[in-house]
Amino acid sequence: MSKTSADLRPIHELLASDLASVDIAEESVMQRAERIGFDEDARMDLGLAVREAMVNAVVHGNNYSPKKKVELSIHSSMDSLRVVILDQGSGFEVKTVPDPLDDQNLMKTSGRGLLMMQTYVDELSVKKGAKGGTEVVMVKYLP
Amino acid sequence: MSLKLTTRQVGDVTVMDAVGKITLGEGSVAFRDAAKDLLASGHKKILVNLGEVNYIDSSGIGELVSAFTTTSNQDGQLKLLSLTKRVQDLLQITKLYTVFEVHDDEANAIRSFS
Repeated sequence: MSKTSADLRPIHELLASDLASVDIAEESVMQRAERIGFDEDARMDLGLAVREAMVNAVVHGNNYSPKKKVELSIHSSMDSLRVVILDQGSGFEVKTVPDPLDDQNLMKTSGRGLLMMQTYVDELSVKKGAKGGTEVVMVKYLP
Repeated sequence: MSLKLTTRQVGDVTVMDAVGKITLGEGSVAFRDAAKDLLASGHKKILVNLGEVNYIDSSGIGELVSAFTTTSNQDGQLKLLSLTKRVQDLLQITKLYTVFEVHDDEANAIRSFS
């Protein structure tokens, strides 16, 4: 499938802090990933990583606040997709997240989102946004 | 489609057939409620058939862990059947493959309940 300039044009969306936005973001990223040639498995990997980042943004970052938004940006190149998700919460330090693979955390019912993001994309960065909130940057390359 | 759950009884084992996605929201709530209802009605040998579940997020994994723990705490057993490759990979990534008893064959799984 050949890529057109429209396939590579960046996408920016301002999303509400609700679970519907999680589905919207996941769908947007998966559609763009299909256009630039990711196979189904890779699209599902990417979709799951985006889902986890969006859930963190909506639930933990913005705490479902109707006054807060989640910014989603999708940047495509010929060989990769870069997704940026920025919430308007108070931010957090990755270092403070307990290791879900530690034996004492294995049976916890939450805390695996970051692990899943790390697993399903090639590059992951989680940091405080320039204007606050948490900014998650994920990159996945075409095989 | 989010998640469709049906249950059937095979001897004293309750098989919960799951079809769809177990993700935060409707899917995870449906799974949580179904597991809770089974335990509340005295069904303590539960086999969760995930053969038609190709997508689980961290919340869905959390619900599986929660159902496993709650069942064990009530002297019951919860086992998994027919994992798709994606779900199997996910359990390995999260090290939960070592926690859950997983079967590929339903008849063998039913026999394994003590």
